[in-house]
Amino acid sequence: MYKEHTHKFNTILIGVAFSPNLKNNIFEAMRIVDFFDANMIVVHVGDKTEKKAKKISQLVSGLSHEDDKVRIIWKQGDPVTTILETAATNNVDLIMLGAIPREDLLKFYLGSIARKITRKAQCSVLLIVKPTEDLRPCNHIIVNGLQDQKTEQTILNAFEVAQNIGAQQVTIVEEIAPQEVHVQVEDDKSLRKDLLRKEKIRRKEELRVHDILEHVPIEYKEGISIKTQSIFGKRGYSIGHYAKVVNADLLVMNAPSKNSLWKRIFTRDLEHILSELPTDVLIIR
Amino acid sequence: MGDTNRKEFISTLPKNIFAGFVVSLIALPLGLGLALASEAPPISGIIAAIVGGTIVALIGGSKVTITGPGNGLVVVLLGAITTLANGDLQQGFLLTLAAIICAGILMILIGLLRFGHLSDFFPSSAIQGMLAAIGIGIFAKQFHVMLAHHTVAGDTLSLITQIPFSVFSLFSSDYQHLTFAALIGVGSLLIMVFYGKIRNKYLQLIPAPMWIVVLTVGLSYYYEFFTTKTYPIAPELLVKVPEKIFSGLPTPDFSMLLDAKFIGVVLTITLISSIESLLSIKAVDKLDPEKRRSNVNRDLFALGLASVVSGFLGGLNVVTVIARSSVNVNNGGTNRSANFFHALFLVLFLVLFQGQLNRIPLTALAAILVFTGYKLAAPANLIKVSKIGTEQLVIFGATVIATITTNLITGILVGIITAILVHIVLNKSIAFFTRNLFKPNVLMYKEISTGTYLVSVKNFSSFLNFNKLRHNLDTIPENSDAIIDFQLCDFVDFTVQENLHNYQESFQRKKGSFEITGLDIHGTASSHPMAVRKLLSFSRKIGTDTNLTKRQEDLKQIAIDFDWKYDPTKKENNPELQDFVFFRTKEIHYQYNTIFDAPSGFKISDIMFSEGEFITRKVIKITCLFVPIITSIPKFKLNKEDLLTVLYKFAGYHDIAIEGHPDFSKRFFLLGEDPREIQHFFTDELVLFFESNPYYRIESTGKTLLIMHKERLASVKEIKELLDYGKRLGDIINTKILVQN
Repeated sequence: MYKEHTHKFNTILIGVAFSPNLKNNIFEAMRIVDFFDANMIVVHVGDKTEKKAKKISQLVSGLSHEDDKVRIIWKQGDPVTTILETAATNNVDLIMLGAIPREDLLKFYLGSIARKITRKAQCSVLLIVKPTEDLRPCNHIIVNGLQDQKTEQTILNAFEVAQNIGAQQVTIVEEIAPQEVHVQVEDDKSLRKDLLRKEKIRRKEELRVHDILEHVPIEYKEGISIKTQSIFGKRGYSIGHYAKVVNADLLVMNAPSKNSLWKRIFTRDLEHILSELPTDVLIIR
Repeated sequence: MGDTNRKEFISTLPKNIFAGFVVSLIALPLGLGLALASEAPPISGIIAAIVGGTIVALIGGSKVTITGPGNGLVVVLLGAITTLANGDLQQGFLLTLAAIICAGILMILIGLLRFGHLSDFFPSSAIQGMLAAIGIGIFAKQFHVMLAHHTVAGDTLSLITQIPFSVFSLFSSDYQHLTFAALIGVGSLLIMVFYGKIRNKYLQLIPAPMWIVVLTVGLSYYYEFFTTKTYPIAPELLVKVPEKIFSGLPTPDFSMLLDAKFIGVVLTITLISSIESLLSIKAVDKLDPEKRRSNVNRDLFALGLASVVSGFLGGLNVVTVIARSSVNVNNGGTNRSANFFHALFLVLFLVLFQGQLNRIPLTALAAILVFTGYKLAAPANLIKVSKIGTEQLVIFGATVIATITTNLITGILVGIITAILVHIVLNKSIAFFTRNLFKPNVLMYKEISTGTYLVSVKNFSSFLNFNKLRHNLDTIPENSDAIIDFQLCDFVDFTVQENLHNYQESFQRKKGSFEITGLDIHGTASSHPMAVRKLLSFSRKIGTDTNLTKRQEDLKQIAIDFDWKYDPTKKENNPELQDFVFFRTKEIHYQYNTIFDAPSGFKISDIMFSEGEFITRKVIKITCLFVPIITSIPKFKLNKEDLLTVLYKFAGYHDIAIEGHPDFSKRFFLLGEDPREIQHFFTDELVLFFESNPYYRIESTGKTLLIMHKERLASVKEIKELLDYGKRLGDIINTKILVQN
């Protein structure tokens, strides 16, 4: 039933600005395009000058000799709507966005344009924390295991990505909100209750994730070490913190749902990740 | 109550009755003294203890605490009684009773809403400062009373300036009639001071305050029966207990209910009672021989209810008191019944010795309070605070001065604001705090393979957001292993560190382990182990002379235990690490926290490295053990067989099988250049060792074994296990070589 999803990312879009990050962003995108054997669309919102055009074509020249593999689109207008529209008209599967370093060079943040695109995009979005010119190995992928109808697809995609970019470990993280445990630890008795409750929820979650893993085709799991981890903490926040603590290379998340009630909760979840990118983040739609 | 519980309750009953009795011996003079110091009728302190002891024993959430009138409230109640009715003490007392009842209701609400940990939000230096200021307040007032000048009044500052006058006036002829009373006061103070220094088990059976009561009452009888002189203490300097205690109760006056001044008193009583109780409960939990956790919310509820009842009966408000609780524990109290029996004995004392109570001089009781005030304000506290760092001294000092010159609420607010300002100055950034204040900053999970709880704290950790961390820490059973990691945290304040230290103690008591890692790389503001720690930018990190953290102190201790050496400094040049395949692809930043034995070459150290050459700063810290081998052995790598090793097989490496040990070959992934040599080297004994011990990652260079645990810093407990493992492995290999040669 998942056959139609293989090679999910056929067309990858990258929006560029002429910042010092331009080269790294494009190189990062080219590697992903290469991994997925996809086509690439480079969008620049702004004036087309000869100098700029030359620079971009020089940068992408290393990718492929086939002309139709890379398309460069120049457009005027609001960057957010322009990029989203271009993505829609060209059937783009993945939009790539790079973060901007903060003054101290230790933390990166996502610009306001990138944030807006991430929230509104109709396709998957890959946020690159620290675009670099050279290849970085991607060994450890973390994927959310939330109880949500999208999770199964997200986990499947995470394995697909893992196979494509040669990751060796996938950890499925179930975030369990404190409200689900619903015990306030005040003394030894309530502590025991809290522990029992958590263990019960953990088992249940583990079983659910296990079921999902059963559905993932065996060839996707080959050569990959699979781990599950339950985390009791604030949803959306804890998974990012966990990714940072275990030095993960990529975090794969469900997209926020359209459903009104869920939307409210998930938007906030995503905001935690967006405000402090723990590592590269892939949002699956 | 189950059957076994009931049996245990009955079997421990005699112990608790005795403990309750000893506590009542100290509670009686303290109750009278605290009430008198507040300008309330002396009996009101005893009523608070009786009501508190009964109600909190029945419905409280702690086990070995004693409840009754508290030191912290003296200053507040004194202010309320003397000012609420503009100097009319009787009317002021009735209004204060109403305030006590209202404060009790607020405490009930705090308990019901489970806000029990509100003291988390106060910087500990500010609380220390507030307690010191209360101590100074008690001391300043009671010093005069001790010297028989019981009518001296005024604010704390003017009371302090009048102390020389009170002292010198004793030597003038105008005040000769007071000299005897003053001598009793000074004598009582000497008893308080030297009681602890005399180690005599019979003397220690009765607490010092009770000795003072017994001796002074005895003295009055001596004058009555053995001399013709009159008792040289004026009636106004003696305790007055009404003849009919339980009839003619005072009626609380609620007429000022909406008055701002009244509301201020209510809030202050609530705040101080809660803080005093919470601090006491926390401290007493550490003394509990059965190591139980108190339910502070239930306790606050019970204390609130007790205050309401006490207020209606004309008593002061009820708090958990540390000194009496510790007497309880020291005398064998094991459950709440001790608190109840303390109340019961107080009732008996009132009924049996009412006449005798009226013979106690006020100066003797004042001496007990002077000592209490001194203990609260002790200059030793000031020195302790200043050692931690100048910034703590600033917070402490600001709180003390503000509390003495204004009031308790303003004082604690000034303390909080000072702490915030100090933290902003230390970090040179307001945005750092405002940006991260409301963000979650704590991650906790249980590592499934080891069962260890890992807690990681991000951004900053101070009294402003400690409640989030505490909430997580409270859910870890104290008999398990926990690692608290501050690597991602840029700033850790003293309040948090002090609290963590308390957790560490309670984990130690219950045979768990509570390790704090990641603080070593933070620069400090002073040489105290709990000095404020701030993450310095990377270039400054190396070579920064910081003092040792708890973990480093523990490492030093391990080195001492093994008769080895410990070196906490960061070594940047580590060519020897390059011998290991593991480190070849890594950029090693530095090696630190090294424990080593120079003669043998045994060494364990933390290593900070980043992976690859051009990658993002993925900085990792691990703990490694180096075991020297006397002659050369084959080069090999031993890993656990897992899915990752499947990749190695794809890459052309071959798992070397050891003949006759299929189980070993299945569980371990053995790599090496010369399979035959390695197969020869892995004897039955060695295979058995690996099979029967916990799994570690091992690499041999031929001369040295590198043994690693996980890709993170090991806790002290893990280091000990690692050392033990490495020593045994080294012994096996080295003796094998000796035997072969």
